[in-house]
Amino acid sequence: MMEITLNHYLVLSTILFAIGLVGVMRRKNLLMLFFATEILLNSVNIAFAAISHFYGDLTGQMFAFFVIAIAASEVAVGLGLLIVWHKRHGNIDLDTMSTMRG
Amino acid sequence: MFEAVAFYLFAFLTIAMFFITVTTSQALYALTALAAGMIFISAFFFILGADFLGAVQIVVYSGAVMALYAFGMMFFDTTRDVKEKHGNKLIVSGLSILVAVLVVVIIAAPIVSTNMSASYPMTEGVGNTQEVGMVLFTKYLVPFEVAAVMLLVAMIAGIVLAGKKMDLSLTLMSDDDVRQVKEEENKKVLS
Repeated sequence: MMEITLNHYLVLSTILFAIGLVGVMRRKNLLMLFFATEILLNSVNIAFAAISHFYGDLTGQMFAFFVIAIAASEVAVGLGLLIVWHKRHGNIDLDTMSTMRG
Repeated sequence: MFEAVAFYLFAFLTIAMFFITVTTSQALYALTALAAGMIFISAFFFILGADFLGAVQIVVYSGAVMALYAFGMMFFDTTRDVKEKHGNKLIVSGLSILVAVLVVVIIAAPIVSTNMSASYPMTEGVGNTQEVGMVLFTKYLVPFEVAAVMLLVAMIAGIVLAGKKMDLSLTLMSDDDVRQVKEEENKKVLS
């Protein structure tokens, strides 16, 4: 109980990942979907850092760095697209984005 | 003892903050709770001895990403309540937990199946930042440079997408005006 092992961190990562997935599935607003995506990326980062610590290997931390870089660029491009969409249509609801339905 | 107390405290705080983020109907509350959660996550990195990663987490997430979201939210109507899908709650939670457990299995499977050994073991007697620097600029130099190019591409994409026609508001123009602006742009591209 008092000693924190790798399993504790993996369970925490699972819980956070589940919270993020619930957010992805139940949100209609695209901005909120982006928030949920950040939660997903962060929960995996915790798992990487924990494995890196408990196995004495730096690869996990390296992957966490690259995940952070990808998250930053995803936010930049995604928000740019979102602003363009909002200027055009006045809303960012997911259900209205059905122009490519065919 | 100290580590356990810190772990449980920050685990509770992080889960609470992220829970607020995915359940609240106010966009501003969600943003603030997400920023707080990011700070609390950096505490885990400090507990795990990944000091540099913790600092990067604070700088990039709480600094850059949150500022970007805050500026982006100026364009959106955040006073309106966020609408939500009301599907089957059982399916949503069940699928989420299933996928999360699957992710843990994917990460933990190599650990369980074989005796894993460190390919880039931590060197004794140097700080975490120095270690990270040594590995990042030798073994991971090419991915590092590719990530730099990717960030440059993302920056240019952000400027091009969001900065276009900043001086005129596309929401207040009539549809004909929007179409006219669009045609002018197409002409420019074609000529």
